[in-house]
Amino acid sequence: MTSELDIFVGNTTLIDEDVYRLWLDGYSVSDAVALRVRSGILEQTGATAAVLQSDTMDHYRTFHMLERLLHAPPKLLHQLIFQIPPSRQALLIERYYAFDEAFVREVLGKKLSKGTKKDLDDISTKTGITLKSCRRQFDNFKRVFKVVEEMRGSLVDNIQQHFLLSDRLSRDYAAIVFFANNRFETGKKKLQYLSFGDFAFCAELMIQNWTLGAVDSQVDDMDVDLDKEFLQDLKELKVLVADKDLLDLHKSLVCTTLRGKLSVFSEMEANFKNLSRGLVNVAAKLTHNKDVRDLFVDLVEKFVEPCRSDHWPLNDVRLFLNQYSASVHSLDGFRHQALWDRYMGTLRGCLLRLYHD
Amino acid sequence: MPGKLKVKIVAGRHLPVMDRASDLTDAFVEVKFGNTTFKTDVYLKSLNPQWNSEWFKFEVDDEDLQDEPLQITVLDHDTYSANDAIGKVYIDIDPLLYSEAATVISGWFPIYDTIHGIRGEINVIVKVDLFNDLNRFRQSSCGVKFFCTTSIPKCYRAVIIHGFVEELVVNEDPEYQWIDRIRTPRASNEARQRLISLMSGELQRKIGLKVLEMRGNAVVGYLQCFDLEGESGLVVRAIGTACTLDKLSSPAAFLPACNSPSKEMKEIPFNEDPNPNTHSSGPSTPLKNQTYSFSPSKSYSRQSSSSDTDLSLTPKTGMGSGSAGKEGGPFKALLRQQTQSALEQREFPFFTLTAFPPGFLVHVGGVVSARSVKLLDRIHNPDEPETRDAWWAEIRQEIKSHAKALGCHAVVGYSESTSICEEVCILSASGTAAVLNPRFLQDGTVEGCLEQRLEENLPAGCGFCHIPYDELNMPFPAHLTYCYNCRKQKVPDVLFTTIDLPADAAVVGKGCLIQARLCRLKKKAQAEANATAISNLLPFMEYEVHTQLMNKLKLKGMNALFGLRIQITVGENMLMGLASATGVYLAALPTPGGIQIAGKTPNDGSYEQHISHMQKKINDTIAKNKELYEISPPEISEEVIGSPIPEPRQRSRLLRSQSESSDEVTELDLSHGKKDAFVLEIDDTDALEDVHSLLTDVPPPPGFYSCNTEIMPGINNWTSEIQMFTSVRVIRLSSLNLTNQALNKHFNDLCENLLKSLYFKLRSMIPCCLCHVNFTVSLPEDELIQVTVTAVAITFDKNQALQTTKTHVEKSLQRASTDNEELLQFPLELCSESLPSHPFPPAKEHLESASSNSGIPAAQRAVTVEKASPVGEGNFRNRSAPPCANSTVGVVRMTPLSFIPGAKITKYLGIINMFFIRETTSLREEGGVSGFLHAFIAEVFAMVRAHVAALGGNAVVSYIMKQCVFMENPNKNQAQCLINVSGDAVVFVRESDLEVVSTQQPTANCQPLCTGGEVTT
Repeated sequence: MTSELDIFVGNTTLIDEDVYRLWLDGYSVSDAVALRVRSGILEQTGATAAVLQSDTMDHYRTFHMLERLLHAPPKLLHQLIFQIPPSRQALLIERYYAFDEAFVREVLGKKLSKGTKKDLDDISTKTGITLKSCRRQFDNFKRVFKVVEEMRGSLVDNIQQHFLLSDRLSRDYAAIVFFANNRFETGKKKLQYLSFGDFAFCAELMIQNWTLGAVDSQVDDMDVDLDKEFLQDLKELKVLVADKDLLDLHKSLVCTTLRGKLSVFSEMEANFKNLSRGLVNVAAKLTHNKDVRDLFVDLVEKFVEPCRSDHWPLNDVRLFLNQYSASVHSLDGFRHQALWDRYMGTLRGCLLRLYHD
Repeated sequence: MPGKLKVKIVAGRHLPVMDRASDLTDAFVEVKFGNTTFKTDVYLKSLNPQWNSEWFKFEVDDEDLQDEPLQITVLDHDTYSANDAIGKVYIDIDPLLYSEAATVISGWFPIYDTIHGIRGEINVIVKVDLFNDLNRFRQSSCGVKFFCTTSIPKCYRAVIIHGFVEELVVNEDPEYQWIDRIRTPRASNEARQRLISLMSGELQRKIGLKVLEMRGNAVVGYLQCFDLEGESGLVVRAIGTACTLDKLSSPAAFLPACNSPSKEMKEIPFNEDPNPNTHSSGPSTPLKNQTYSFSPSKSYSRQSSSSDTDLSLTPKTGMGSGSAGKEGGPFKALLRQQTQSALEQREFPFFTLTAFPPGFLVHVGGVVSARSVKLLDRIHNPDEPETRDAWWAEIRQEIKSHAKALGCHAVVGYSESTSICEEVCILSASGTAAVLNPRFLQDGTVEGCLEQRLEENLPAGCGFCHIPYDELNMPFPAHLTYCYNCRKQKVPDVLFTTIDLPADAAVVGKGCLIQARLCRLKKKAQAEANATAISNLLPFMEYEVHTQLMNKLKLKGMNALFGLRIQITVGENMLMGLASATGVYLAALPTPGGIQIAGKTPNDGSYEQHISHMQKKINDTIAKNKELYEISPPEISEEVIGSPIPEPRQRSRLLRSQSESSDEVTELDLSHGKKDAFVLEIDDTDALEDVHSLLTDVPPPPGFYSCNTEIMPGINNWTSEIQMFTSVRVIRLSSLNLTNQALNKHFNDLCENLLKSLYFKLRSMIPCCLCHVNFTVSLPEDELIQVTVTAVAITFDKNQALQTTKTHVEKSLQRASTDNEELLQFPLELCSESLPSHPFPPAKEHLESASSNSGIPAAQRAVTVEKASPVGEGNFRNRSAPPCANSTVGVVRMTPLSFIPGAKITKYLGIINMFFIRETTSLREEGGVSGFLHAFIAEVFAMVRAHVAALGGNAVVSYIMKQCVFMENPNKNQAQCLINVSGDAVVFVRESDLEVVSTQQPTANCQPLCTGGEVTT
């Protein structure tokens, strides 16, 4: 006796959260059944393995049918085929678009193309996330990217509107889209200590301050692209390190204020010129796409690592960066105060976030 | 020429991509009614076209309005080749034809294609202008209301319940016409869908005409079925109960200054019309029926009908009907005569209702059923479906005579069904023989003193159990005792019925679903030989099904079955029997005795031990079940026994002890030999198997109850959380060397596993009851068994449910009061009737109170205000709509029950009766058979919900999936499925919302109520 056909259809679509998670995690039906058995559900409910198998199959089929709708969440809201309470709809969407930290770190900043998709096998092996789940997450990134790439207006709002995600998740996706679009390098070994949260934090600051939309929300607001004009202008900052007098003056201003306040004062004093050169050169290089991609590598190499090797406490880094940015206002010969603030304001935030072990 | 149909096509959304090049679609719409077609403009390059068309107007006869569906086709315009069809929407405009129902159909409908399923949605507005032609009732039956609900709908009151209406129409099945060889599957499917839609429209109209002839205005318990007879054609048949319904007066009619000429008030004089004029006593029998009885029985059926009854196989010799028993006295005789006079003019005194207004059901005799095996033959002349008519007439005649043998004049809870395999067809009919109160059957003038006596003589809660037949001249040797409730009348020891548990029945503990399952192998044979084989097997199957039911009932410690439905399905090489019912312990009936096992070879020691071991197991199970279902009948105290029983003490005791120890006589015995229902003789492996199967039925997990009736006895505190579902399973049997036992086991496992799966899936709803569990078995192919289950799971409040210490009387009262206003209404009337100052029949009083508002005592008025629903329908709809933040799709509830827990139905919008075909030639790609059917059933639900929402409703009650015919051909990667569903579209209001409104009511003046009244018209 074999079961040819076995279905259950409710007027209100039944969603089992646990099975949904297993499905999202890319487990096959048999693996999912095994995992459920291990969770002790049979003892709790007195059900048999056959019942569990049938139940799991049924849920998987439902999810499979829902998947097409989940690709365009507003469709899920307006479709008539599955009657699902709004709270459940929200849960379905949110969970579907959720991603694994380990996975996102692997593809963050990579081009969301077929080529990358081919690497998913390796990522799956490396992270222990099933290939199926990797595919879903990758396709989600790509789908969101495609939809909002050319769109005007706030990136986060666009994502929220078209994918009905929570605020938190929309912000994360904004970061992913922003990184993918600008192809920031995040995979280098020296960047491995950074979490997705670190990058997302930086992305948000950069979107707020360094994109076209940051200047004037009325223009054809493109949150995904950096403000080219701004990047060009950053070359002007070079004078801060090129002009020796200016550099010395800047150093003395910072040192005077911070004397006695830093535990690593002497190290700071010794390293000031190197650090300043590093930060300003990063700015000046941002005209080239290639260097834009290396932004985080440069920041870590030129600033985070030197400080870390001298064991700067985070608070000292904060005091230094504050003073370093603020002192520029007292440099009479320097004319690009606004530009400096736009650059340094964001960079300071990013550096503080990036500065950890 | 009395109707103008107006249709506007507003917009489409989520259309499929029809042009691969542009990924877009150039859509336009064809609107067709009858032979007239209109087209919208082509909306270029969009998947969300905004046609915003003009109003397309069709001027049509109302006959066509009733028969024809509105057909909307969405197409993709193609300049160079033929336009591609995207899909269709069929809209039944019947609900617009009676003024109390919907006034407009407007909303998003799924666009359906028989090959691709749902492909986007279309927004349509439909209106009908009916000319106010007084003659229109003569030409068509517009205005007759149809209800699937098998009780008096909640916002109506039954003035007269006229009785049985039936009709059938036949046609050739398009799938089997020669043209089908050259047309596409899509064209063939659509031809079929359209034909069936037309046929059901025609059928409904014809039934409506019969109702009008009987001077009724509604059909309740309307059940329409399709027989797909294959080569020999397509039969659409329907049965129902004609009634004259009176809309329960809305508060507008009761409050002063609100005498706006609302619809309700206009109707009252109309309803009153047949009342005083007694010359029309008893509605005229429909002409059609008469032709049955006189038509020479054409022996079309080459096979003699073999039929079989459960309860009354004895040769009846002039007993029952007129003869009054000694015990019953003159009262019984009088009652009998009166009922008889009311019923005898009807050829078939049948009622498809399963629940009744209080006082309607006087006595219940037991289940009557009849089956007959027929050979199908091509229907030669579709206009004269005499053969099928004759077949059914024969069966109904038999049912009627069985009822008579039980001393009953009527059959309630009546239903008919068929099972077809190749050219063999089993026709089945069953119902419950009953004695009814004539008050509802004819004009209410004669009631008078009899009525009074009736109320006195029938104690609440047990009256229906009292035997209707003559004790000294019993149709079968049943074991009678004095009623354990009133101690005045005789009752049988077990009671089987097809109806719902009466609301006032005194019940101990909770009920449970009881199923008997049976398979019998049969040799493959052709035509007559096949039919003979089946006829020979049928009686054995019936017998065994009954034995199983009886044993399982005993095992549960219960003494009555309600909602019994026995389905016999015929396949190529086997017969399947599935009986479902809800077992309960009726307080009026004696405590059931246990089950005793007797071995055949008493001298074998180990065997003895085995037997006693089994006996112990059975006894344990009974004890466990009694605990589980809280069956602890109150011990009858000496005082009660001693007091007013007209019988000596000694004897009543004797009777009891007998019934407990060795109840050996059942109604089954006479019909099927000597085997005792309670003493199980283990004389062969078969019997051993039977005992084992008895014990393998696993009770539902804690927190779950199940029944196949509307309400679960013993549970009355439902919450509003409901989940209707359909589950389908098909198993393939390994065909080698199948024995009856193996087959039985497979079938048993299939059903048990299905139930287990349901319990598991719905575990989040605990504590919960599966209500109206409806199993359907079909045998689509040689080795396939298909079981389809539809039911509703309802969560109840556990805390309140634990208060079971109350006496059952209290409980039943509570239930009655929590039930709907229909029940409230009757006590009110009864008390007003008993007042000498109110000599008016109920309808008249309504009229008077409506116009003057003088005759109502303050207390009564208070009650009416309390339950008054301020009619602002639109207001309610907004209220009941859940706060789904950004979703545009309103929630539509579906339930097989006639009510929605925690809510009040304020309006019936019309009947939903839909038929769909889905076919695929890419079965694997659609997820195999399970994926295909899962998607299809979800789509069917969606289309039902969309139609209800478009009518302005928020629920479907009495929903039923009447057919789910699934055929597959995996080798060709093909599958096809036909589904037929029906139900009543309604508007409901949450009771919590109602309370809010009614507390506000004193401050509100009449103005809003008046406008509300206009809304309903």
